[in-house]
Amino acid sequence: MATDQALRGLDNLELDPGRSGSDPGRVARRAWAALWPKALAIILVLAVWELVDLSGWKHFVLKGPGPVFASLWDQAFHPGPNNPSLWGIIGNTLETAVIGYALALLIGTVAGGLVSRIPPLRAAVGSIISALTTMPSIAWVPFAIILFGQSTSAILFVVILGAAPSIAGGLITGVDYTPPLLLRAGRTMGLRGYALYRYLILPASLPAYIAGLKQGWAFAWRGLMAGELVVQIIGHFTIGQQLSVDQQSLDFAGASAMLIVILVIGLGVDTIFAKIDLAVRRRRGLLDPAAG
Amino acid sequence: MSVTNRQAALPPVPGGALPGERGPAVQLTDVSKFYGSGPSAVQALDQVSLTVADGQFVCLIGASGCGKSTLLSLVAGLDAPTSGQVSSGGRRVAMMFQEPGLLPWLTVAANIELALRAQKVPKPERQARAQQLLATVRLEGFGGKRPHELSGGMRQRAALARSLAQDADVLLMDEPFGALDAMTRDLLHDELERICAERTLTVVFVTHNVREAARLGDRVILLSSRPGKVIAEYDLPRTGERRIDSPEVSQVAARLTDRLREEVGRHGH
Repeated sequence: MATDQALRGLDNLELDPGRSGSDPGRVARRAWAALWPKALAIILVLAVWELVDLSGWKHFVLKGPGPVFASLWDQAFHPGPNNPSLWGIIGNTLETAVIGYALALLIGTVAGGLVSRIPPLRAAVGSIISALTTMPSIAWVPFAIILFGQSTSAILFVVILGAAPSIAGGLITGVDYTPPLLLRAGRTMGLRGYALYRYLILPASLPAYIAGLKQGWAFAWRGLMAGELVVQIIGHFTIGQQLSVDQQSLDFAGASAMLIVILVIGLGVDTIFAKIDLAVRRRRGLLDPAAG
Repeated sequence: MSVTNRQAALPPVPGGALPGERGPAVQLTDVSKFYGSGPSAVQALDQVSLTVADGQFVCLIGASGCGKSTLLSLVAGLDAPTSGQVSSGGRRVAMMFQEPGLLPWLTVAANIELALRAQKVPKPERQARAQQLLATVRLEGFGGKRPHELSGGMRQRAALARSLAQDADVLLMDEPFGALDAMTRDLLHDELERICAERTLTVVFVTHNVREAARLGDRVILLSSRPGKVIAEYDLPRTGERRIDSPEVSQVAARLTDRLREEVGRHGH
């Protein structure tokens, strides 16, 4: 059949012949391309830091990279008898982070889902959510201490108020930006009410929701550090608290070591979200294939 | 192919509608549609009456602003007329757009299965039905691809398969091939003709392409612009296989073009 054959020919011609994905050389090249800018950035920072140290500026307190990394090493593997181990304080901080973020995820998702579905709620709560998103999380700290005292609950409160509005906002944005064309296609297909929401609107809002999760994490992490710096819980050592102790004892190396820990954890989690975001966009064909 | 020209002033012709208990496949009676209200209201359709019999392929053609898409939305039930009646006699109506509107996060097969799910087809049946539909539009083997991995013509065929999944009696098509290249469009005309013949589908096909209308339609209905009103109707009985470059298609296309230009010219001053 002529039409049949012509159509198949056209299909085959129009399809991307596809790049070979199993080329080991290509994988190595891509890994190198991803790695070298980061390596260069680290070398640059260390070099500038070393130069500042060599220049003698603030030489009573400022230490070069060497002593700082030595301090980090000691805290990790040879903590003094009166000092908490690095792993212990990281563990305590991450525990609060995970609990706080999980609660924020739950609250933000439920709130976002309700607000995006129910128009009167939308009018009332929608603007509150955007207002909360702009609130710097450190501003909540005194309020939280008044409410909960010097406790982990106070820190959790700050973390949740930092992250939940971003998560809810991401979901609402995603629902709002569902392409009208897809909605029309869904309706003509016979999808109505809950089914339209479950199979079309929610999946369509996934990229914006992930962006909200990512922003929520950034706010949660900031809120957590702010809370831990101020809220002092006896016997419960955390990254923020350690930073505060280092500040009081003018321990530049110790404080710098904590900054490095904060940076690495923050970046690490951010990278996970970036990877998820990339995977979603690739699946949906939202990436430039030439760049992929 | 003989051409008979009926003026819109005549009452709607039953058009060979079967005396079935459900009435004609699509019936519009004195349908008007306004958007907005008060002095700023815009009239999209003016007293349009139209009867489409079961199994008929009707092309609606007109220049911009003739309310073609509005008319389809009314038949699909996506919108309600300001006055007049729209009926499809309880038949299932499916609709296709110029953009395929496939869900980008689902594979092609899953897109079709979602339409089946919306029709409450039980889960075990869905996969097999989706595979049959993919074969119908000659996309076997592409069910696992995502829409963005396919060409424009393949996406539009996937969208057609999804519309067919709704088991509709009436298929409304809003410039479905408007964004495709000429060769693909030509092949899809053949395919659409074959699929309609296999399923005795009633099709209302909106286009601004006179050749396409002459190539596909059993009837071509010409709409005026602003507001949309039926101004002419042509019966194009099928005498044999048609091609986009057949002399009789060209002849009808030329007549449609002349009439369309005349109509557009009324807005030129």
